[in-house]
This record gives sequence, C-alpha cells and structure tokens, in this order.
Amino acid sequence: METHGFAFLAPWLVFAPVVGLLINIIFGGWFMKQPWGERAIGAIAATASGAAFVVSALLAYTVFAGHGELARWTLGQWIYIGDLKLDWTFRLDSLSTTMMLVVSGVGTLIHIYAIGYMHEDVRFKNDIPRYQRFFVFLNLFIAAMMILVSGDSYMMLFVGWEGVGLCSFLLIGFWYDMDTLGRSSWANSNAAKKAFIANRVGDFGFLIAGFLMFWRLGSFQFDQVFAAAPTLAASDHTTIILITLFMLIGVAGKSAQIPLYVWLPDAMAGPTPVSALIHAATMVTAGVYLVTRSAPLYTLVPEAQYIVAMTGAVTALFAATIAVGQYDIKKVLAYSTISQLGFMVAAVGMGAYVAGMFHLITHAFFKALLFLSAGSIILGLERGHHHLAHGHGHGDHHEEVFDPGDMRNMGGLRKTMPVTFWLYMIGTLALAGIVPFAGFWSKDEILLDANLHYTGVYWILTIAAFLTAFYMGRQIWMVFFGEARHEAAAHAEESPAVMTVPLMVLAVLSVLGGALNLPFEGFHNLTHWLGHTLGEVEVMPLNWVVAGASTALALTAIFLSWWIYGRNPLKAGQPDPLKKPLGLAFTGMENKWFVDEGYWFVIVDRYVDISRFLADKVDWEFWHDWFHEKVIAGTYNWLSNIALNEVADQKGIDAFANFLGKATQWLSGTTRKFQNGFVRSYALSVFLGVVIILGYLLLK
Amino acid sequence: MSQYINPSDLTTILPAIVLTVWACALLVADLFIPHERKGWTAVLAALGLVVSLDITLIQAGGTSTGFKGMVTLDGFSTFLNALLLVSGLFGVALAYGYVRRMGLERGEYYTLLLFSVVGMMLMVQASDLIVVFIALELLSIPLYVLAALNVRQIESEEAGLKYFLLGSFSTGFLVYGIALIFGATGSTSYSGIVTAASAGTSSLLLTIGAALLLVGFGFKVAAVPFHMWTPDVYQGAPTSVTAFMSSGAKIAGFAALLRVFALAFPTLTADLTPILAALAALTMIGGNLIAVSQTNIKRLLAYSSIAHAGYILMAFVPYGNPQVMPVSVAAGLFYLVAYAVTNFGAWGVVIALEKQGGKGLEISDYAGLFWKNRPLALAMTVFMLSLIGFPPTIGMVGKFYLFRAVIDGGFVWLAIVGVVTSLISAYYYLRVVVNMFMQEGEPQTGSEFWVNFTWGLTALMTIIISFVPQPLFAWASSAVLRLF
Amino acid sequence: MLIEYIAIAVLLVLSTAVALIAVGLGTIFGPQKKSEAKSMPYESGMSPYGEGTRRMPVRFYLIAVLFILFDIEVVFFLPWAVVFRQLTWFGLAEMVIFITILLVGYFYAWKKGALEWE
Repeated sequence: METHGFAFLAPWLVFAPVVGLLINIIFGGWFMKQPWGERAIGAIAATASGAAFVVSALLAYTVFAGHGELARWTLGQWIYIGDLKLDWTFRLDSLSTTMMLVVSGVGTLIHIYAIGYMHEDVRFKNDIPRYQRFFVFLNLFIAAMMILVSGDSYMMLFVGWEGVGLCSFLLIGFWYDMDTLGRSSWANSNAAKKAFIANRVGDFGFLIAGFLMFWRLGSFQFDQVFAAAPTLAASDHTTIILITLFMLIGVAGKSAQIPLYVWLPDAMAGPTPVSALIHAATMVTAGVYLVTRSAPLYTLVPEAQYIVAMTGAVTALFAATIAVGQYDIKKVLAYSTISQLGFMVAAVGMGAYVAGMFHLITHAFFKALLFLSAGSIILGLERGHHHLAHGHGHGDHHEEVFDPGDMRNMGGLRKTMPVTFWLYMIGTLALAGIVPFAGFWSKDEILLDANLHYTGVYWILTIAAFLTAFYMGRQIWMVFFGEARHEAAAHAEESPAVMTVPLMVLAVLSVLGGALNLPFEGFHNLTHWLGHTLGEVEVMPLNWVVAGASTALALTAIFLSWWIYGRNPLKAGQPDPLKKPLGLAFTGMENKWFVDEGYWFVIVDRYVDISRFLADKVDWEFWHDWFHEKVIAGTYNWLSNIALNEVADQKGIDAFANFLGKATQWLSGTTRKFQNGFVRSYALSVFLGVVIILGYLLLK
Repeated sequence: MSQYINPSDLTTILPAIVLTVWACALLVADLFIPHERKGWTAVLAALGLVVSLDITLIQAGGTSTGFKGMVTLDGFSTFLNALLLVSGLFGVALAYGYVRRMGLERGEYYTLLLFSVVGMMLMVQASDLIVVFIALELLSIPLYVLAALNVRQIESEEAGLKYFLLGSFSTGFLVYGIALIFGATGSTSYSGIVTAASAGTSSLLLTIGAALLLVGFGFKVAAVPFHMWTPDVYQGAPTSVTAFMSSGAKIAGFAALLRVFALAFPTLTADLTPILAALAALTMIGGNLIAVSQTNIKRLLAYSSIAHAGYILMAFVPYGNPQVMPVSVAAGLFYLVAYAVTNFGAWGVVIALEKQGGKGLEISDYAGLFWKNRPLALAMTVFMLSLIGFPPTIGMVGKFYLFRAVIDGGFVWLAIVGVVTSLISAYYYLRVVVNMFMQEGEPQTGSEFWVNFTWGLTALMTIIISFVPQPLFAWASSAVLRLF
Repeated sequence: MLIEYIAIAVLLVLSTAVALIAVGLGTIFGPQKKSEAKSMPYESGMSPYGEGTRRMPVRFYLIAVLFILFDIEVVFFLPWAVVFRQLTWFGLAEMVIFITILLVGYFYAWKKGALEWE
C-alpha cells in the first residue's frame, strides 16, 4: 500500500490506549500508594485516549486531504491458512475516521469525567484500590473499539467486536461483589453475565454470517466481499439475505434491539461513565456501524432492509413505552438509548445511512451528556446522604437502604445542583428534538427518510419521538422541580469541575452538533463527507411539514408532561399519577412488559429443566442407577455366582490374573533394567538401536 | 593468499568467528575479574551474544558458501543462528542469579556456554561432514563440562561423566558413518556425496553410513532409543545448564540432521524414510509414556523434551517429497522456536522454585503455587498448555503446522500417533497445573530479576505469537536451504 | 569399489595370523616348566609390592593434558614446515592464530595455578 499523509500513524489508534493501560497495569499499584496516584492514573488513561483522538484527527485530515479517498495501512500478515489470507490492515475512509473521532473524542471527555467520578465512587463503595482497574479497563475498551472501527475486514471487526464485548462485561461487573446500592450480592455480576450471554447469541449470528460470507464470497475483506456480492446476489439471492439477516442478529445483540435488548437496562449496574461511554455513546452503536459498513450487501436485498428497518422502528417504540414507566434515572436513559438505537437501526435499514450515522454522532454527544449528568446527580445525592449520615451521627438513615438513583427520592434539585440542571436541560432538549439542538436535525432527517420510503416506519417512529419528549419531560419535572422528596436530595451538593467541565464541552456539542449536517442548500457537510465512502447519497432539503409536525409533537409532549408531573409536583410516597388513567398498561410499562419474566419462563426455566432432567434422570437414574448398578453390576454378580465356581476360579481366572501380574512385572522389570542409571545399559540401548536399524537396512 | 582463503570465507561464518574471539577474550578477561564480581562475566558474555546476533541479523538475506564449500550461509542458517543466539542469551539470563544462589558461580560457565553456542552455529552452517563432526565436538565438550559443574554434588558429576561417555560412544557411530560415506562416495562434502550418489555408486555403504549419522544425531536430540542418558543428565546437571542444553543441543542437532538429509541424501529416501518415521513414532510414544510416572519436575521435563524430539522428527519424515519438504522444514523450524521459547520458560519456573541441595524439584513442591505467586503459576500454566499443544499458545500453532505438513506428506498414521500421544501428555502436564491450583502447599519462590524476566517474556511470547504466528511462519518458510 | 580395500583386508588377516602363529606355535610346542620365579611379572626385575592401581596425584593428569596439547602442536608444526614456502603469508597467519588460541589456554591454565605443584 502506498502511504498517504498520516496513514502510518494508524496503528497508534490501538497502541496509544494499550500503552496507557500497560503503564497503569505495571506502575498503577505503585501509583496508588502515592498521594497523587489516582490523578496520575486518570491522567495517563485520559492522555492515552486523547492521543488516540489526536491520531484520529490526523487520520481524518489525511482522508480529507485525499478528497475522501480510501487509505490503508497494513501492520503485518495475520492469518494465512489455505485460501484464507488476512492482513492486519487499518482502513481509513470517511466512515471509519468519523467513528474514530466520535469514539476517542467522547471517550476522552468521559475519561476526564471519570477521574472525578471514580474518585468518589470508590470511596462510597469502600474499595479504593479498584480505581486503578477501572482505568485499565476503560483504555482497553478504547483500544478494542478502535480495532472495531478501523478494521479492513469482517474478521478484524469481529476481534474488536468481541473485545468491546469483553470490556463491557468487565465494566458492568466492575462492582461484581455488590448490587447497585452497594449491598453485598451477586446482582451486578449477574447483570454482567446477562449482557455477555445476550451478546453471545448475537455473536453467534455474526459468526454464521461470517462463515456464510467466506463460504460463498470467498473472503472477509470488505472490498472483496462487496465486489463479489452482486454476482452472487444475481445467482443466489437467498444466501445474501441469510448473511444480512444473521448479521442482524449480531446487530440486535450489540446494539440492543428486539429481541436481544434485555441486557442493556441491566448493564446500568456498571459505573456511570461506563454507561455513558459504552452503553450509550460508542459500543452499542457498533451494530449501526456494522450495517452502514455493510451497506453494499444490504442494498442488494430490499427484503432484508425492510426487516432491519422494522426491527429498529418497533424497538424504538417499544423501548420508549417502557421508559415512560421507569423510576430509576439511569433506567429511563437506558431505555431511551435502546429507543434511539432503534431510530438509528431503522435509518440504516431504510438505506438512510447518512441519517443513521448523523443520529449516531449527535446521540453520542447528548446521551453521554445525559448519562454523565445523571451520574453527577447520583453522586450529588450520595454526598447529601453521606452528609446527613455524618451530621446526625448514627441515626435512622444508616439503617435505611437509600437508592440515590431513584427519581422518587429526588425533586427540587434545580436549586442545589444548578450547573447539572442546565446541562441536563440541554441534553433533554437535544434528545426531545427541539430546534435548534443537535437531536432535532438528526432525528428529523431520519423521519424525513422514513416519510419518503416506508410510511409504516414513519408513523411508528413519530409516536416513539412523541414518547421520547414525554418521558424526558417527566424526568425533568420529577428530578429538578417541585420539593425534595428525600432529605438527601435537599442536601445534595454540586459536583467538582473535573466532572462538570467535560459535561459543558458535551453540552456545547449537543447544541451545535446539528451544524454537521444542516438540511439547507450549501451545507449537508456530513452527507458529502460520508458520500466518499457510501457512494453519493441523495441530498434531501428540509421538509417543513415533517419538521414542523415533529417539533409540534415534541412540544405537546413536554406540555403534557408538565400537565401531569409539573403542575402538581409528586409528593414523597405518592404513586405515579399516570397509574390511575392508564391502569394495566402502566403496570406493563413499569415492569418492562414482563419481557424478562417471559424470557425467564420460556428459555431459562426450560434450560434449567433440561439440565435437571439430564443430570437427575439421564445421568443419575438411568446411567448410574439402572445401567451401572443394575445392568453392569447385576450381570457381573450373576456371572460370578453362576459361572465362576471354584474350579474355574482358581484354574482359569487366577491363572490369568497371575499371568497378567507376572507380565506387568516382567515388562516393568525389563524396562527398569534399562533405565537403571548404568552407562553400560544405556550404551547397550544405543547399540541395540543401531543393530535394529542396520538389520532393517540389510535384510529389507 | 586468495588461493587458500578469501574474505567471503570469513564473512560466511562471521558471527561464529566473532563469538569465538569474544569467548577467548572472555576466558582471559575473566581471570582478572574478582570472584565476587563474576556477574560482569555474564554481562560480557551476553554482550558477545548480542554482537553476534546483530551480525547475524545484518547478514540476513545473504547467501554464500565459504572454505571451498565446507560452510554455508543461507536463510536457514540465519534463522537458526538467531534462535541459537537468543537461546544463549536466555541461558545466560537464567544462569545469572541461579549459579550464585547455588554457589556455582564461575566465570568459566559463560565462556563454555559461548564456545558451545559457536559449535551449534557451525553445526547449523556446516555443509561438509568433517565440519559437522568438529562442530559436534565443539558443542558437546563444553556441555559435558557444564553438566558436571556442580562438583560438590555427586549427581552433577555423574551427569557430566555419563553424558561424556555416552556422547563419545554415539560420536563414534557418527564418525564411523562419516567414514563409510567417504568410503562409498569419496567425498565428505554434501555436494560431492550427492554427485556420487546420483551417479549410482554402491548405495548400501552409503545407506548404512547415513543410518549411522542418524544414530549420532539421534543421540544429540534425544530420540528413542538413543535417549536413555537424557533423564539422568537433565536431572543431575545444574538447572540453568539443563535449560540451555535441552534447547540449544536439540536445535543444532536437528539443524544438522535436516541439512544433511535434505542436501546429501535425497537419493536415499526410500530407505531412510521408514526409519525416520519409526524413530519419530517411537520417540513420541516412549517419551510421553514414561513421563506419566515421573514425580520429579526435572525428569518430567526431560521426558517431555524426549517426546518433543519425536514431534520435531515428524517434520523430517517427508523430507524426500519435494512438494512437501519446504512446508515441513518451515513447520519444523517453527516448532523449534515454539519449543525453545516454551522450554526456557518452563525451566525458568523450575529455577525460580529450586532450592539449595536439589530441593524444591518434586511436583508436590508446586502445590498451592497459584495462591502464593500468581504470575509464576499462571506462566507455568501457559508453558504446560503450550507443551500439550493447547490453544491459545504457540505450542498449539506449532503442532498444527507440524501435523499439517505430515499429513500433506501422506503420513496420516504418524499424525494420529502425534495426536494420541499429545492427549496422553496432557495427563502429566496438567498434573503440574492441578498441583499448583488445587492442592494445598507452602511453596517458596525465589525472585531473581533475570529469571523472572525470562519466564515472563517467554510466557508473553508463547501467547502473543499464537495470535499472530504468520510473520514467524513466513520467516521460517523463507528460511530455505541453499543448494550448492 | 569395495575391491580396492581388499589389500587392507589381506593385511588385516595376515598380520593377525602372523601374531597368532608366533604366539600360538610357542605355546603349543614349547616346553613349559612353571616355577614361582618364572611366573613373576618381571622375571629378572624388582618384585612388585602394594596395589597395582595406586592413587596418583591429579596434577599428573593436568600436566599430561597440557603436554598432549603442545605435543599436538608440534605434530601440526611438522607438515606445516614442509609446505611453509607454498603457503606463504597465509600459512604464517594460520599458525599465529593456532598458537594464539593455544597460548590463551596456556595462559588460563597458568593463571589458574595448574602448573604449580604444591
């Protein structure tokens, strides 16, 4: 490969975070003993991630300077077995560099935020040494994610795909020996296992897609696959459909779509920076990236595209309804993330790849902002609770289990945490899709595409967008307005600058992010930029009807939420005001439509039943009790009673056994005679070997 | 002067020459290093190895012959010389703290080690049977002395003497083989032999000569039935010597065997292939079966080393098949690297646990190691898995290439023997692992930087190379033999 | 090819036969009168005392080994001297290297005290 500009820096996308994590692994233990240790660890990790960002920027510039031309950088040969020839190659085009910028940019901000957040979190959880581990995992995640987005083949993408899955597992279970409230239990590690298992199901789909691809298309390398696909599609349409649909299973696992989304809400067990980075901004968008990357495959099969779009749309609506009925501040955001991922998947399913990527970027900004602000709120409440516990000595508060993430414990935080309030407001307006915040432009582009191509999808997404504005409004009123419903909320304290400053940067991005792709003549920057990779995509002007309708709906939803939650603020202990009018439906939302219970009933319980059956019935009762005890032992006893009288015993069996014993002794004696430590016997062995070899040659 | 010698003769074996001069200088320099500073000798020896390695790598890619075709420089020799020099470095690293702890610290240790490396390198480069013989003696004699270095311990003396007596015995066969070959072909150079052989001279003498050569090399690489010395010598010799001996001598022996058979005896395939196959099978079976009942870690690793000689021998079996030969040579070379890396690591762990007076060498002494020293136990686990050939380790990749080459050569039964014996070997390797994780015990571990460095580095290599084996395999594949 | 070696085989057989015949004829046909004096190891010398396998100071071996080394050096010198004029500078250089290597060993042995008797 010829070299373009800074392409030679590509390996440092991965090396930089790896260097960071190695430093923290090797010297972290020593750092932790120093008074400045935590800051050093955080600074090293953040610098490593920042270095990856600088490299990403240089690479993006390289692609830009090359007018969007694809550049590659090969690090070395990787797998050469038979027909399979794969190099470890970094692919640099407008799509991959965009992803790199998002991952490392948001990643770096979250690293900085985590310096402050984890400093307090490890103290509330009473395990300070774990601070080091957190940043090692976080850097490992950045490295894996970089492999995912920069790979030039499905195999390399899969390496990154599994790598981020591992990091997700490790970080969800970061406090593996407690639950989210810090009580000793295995709840968090169960959440991590759930995420891992759900992702395994998805990975299975991805792998099958990969195998099919190699079998029928003969390669894993993107360009070779895409070049071979049209020919195959003409002769064997079904295979391409199978490949794309199996890939969709992978997407559903990683990007939390129906039916595999169930792990993401539980994944909130991880520390908040993890929720923001991995489970909102970057890793979960890998599925969207995968579909976008595979655009040439999906374009060949409209049937599969429709299924992808519907999966996304239904997920978007379904998750939005659940979000309405949640009380945990992070759970609401988690379901919101699933819903927004549904928007993206629907977009890329419709072939609106630019819209999907656009929403991916803006969503990374405002959802990271929301999650981190939520983290700030939770810590604020923790601080308030801590303050109380110490102020009152050992009062009742110590006995009571306090959930700092429960919105029913909040209220009135506008006054105690003003900075966080404004930041949260910006994130909410961006997510709800209010002009001119980033979310408006990207969501509108998706709706516009849907309106043009799939009317059904358009209506589903519009309802989902309405619900989005509603549950975000509900959250704002419940958290920030009204009166404090718990003493901890009344005494909440604002977070330090190391946490709020990254939030401000994200807030600015959430406000201005829409400028990336304004739907006006002469703008459409992202469309043109990604067009270098995805082929020229049609440029769509703003549709005033669609934009107006969605804005009006969002405003209505926010008004409605004010009507229900803002006008008469919730009192402590009062049930949700929606409960009465919606009745059973609200119970469904509150309990996530019982999907988890359903899965438990249909899959997990049956699985346990089968295991029990195999263990108790097949293995124990049949194999052990019946076959071993009855058949083998019984037959043996019968034989020994009937057939073995004294004569046969002594003459036959004994003689035989004695012979066996003698033979063994003779054999071991002979062997021992050789390995006896005497040089002469060793020489004899050599000599015998020579004689046998020469004898063979002479007599042959 | 150019009538007898010219500069290209010297550059052909320049790394060996440099190392020889260095070793001579070191022998003298060591006399002036006071006894409590013998570490300097080790550092100087390592420096010499590094210089030689540097020259070897600078020469990479070049091919030439020297001294009227008695020595050859080619990709094959570069690859193996580099491996041998790295082995020498590991040997020095393992010895550095160990010999002091055991009270064996003497400057001669390092000088002898350098001379032995020179012998091994010449063995790799030899393309004349006389050079093979001289190189073999040059590599063996220092090893005899090193094995007996711990004179205060009777086992060490016994090991040295045994190794010497049996080594001389087997060298006798080698020399006899050379004589017969010379008698049959009138030449000791590979090119002369192959010319005479293809001209159709009396082949029985030649074949018997070749078989006797095989016996000589078979002894060096510890193939069954020429293996009997191995457990006693490996157990008795100081552990750092064993580590170096088990890798270095094996590499050199196989290198010479490969070059001789591929270059000088391509006409004898029909006669020699069955013998090679039988030796390989016997060695795998014998080594692995006897290893099962060992309780001493040094004896266990000795039998493991015998077994691995069998696996590497498999790569030689299809040597007469020109389509398969390049692949099987590459597989053999790759496996030599895999074995050397893993082996040094495993011996490094043994050294970390060994105590004065031959204590700490029973497998039961490893009980509970995981709970005492996790990195060490994990590294040992990696080495054991690699010796079994279990992913993700370099041993697995090496076995994969090896079995593939053998199957390509049409010896499916041999591959089956290899797989079955690997399964058997899992039993005794995993017993070590089980001891470390599941038994209770209070093992004491030493902590010497260079020993830790060695097992740490080799453990990392064992895993990392298994993920990206391609560059190494590509290098091994390019390490082709230079024909005349 | 093998036939070229027939002369060696003949020589082997003949020399063995001559030795056997010389000893054998005397043993078979010679008159044998054994007496105590005749069966002593040295018929007309000193009578031996003590064990035949006496312990010798290890220094003898050291000296012997050194002696052999330099002995071989001399053996190498002789043919070298014969062709010295043909070999010219190469021969000289080669011999200097050879002697240097020997001297390194000699110097080592000397420094280690191998030459000191006590």
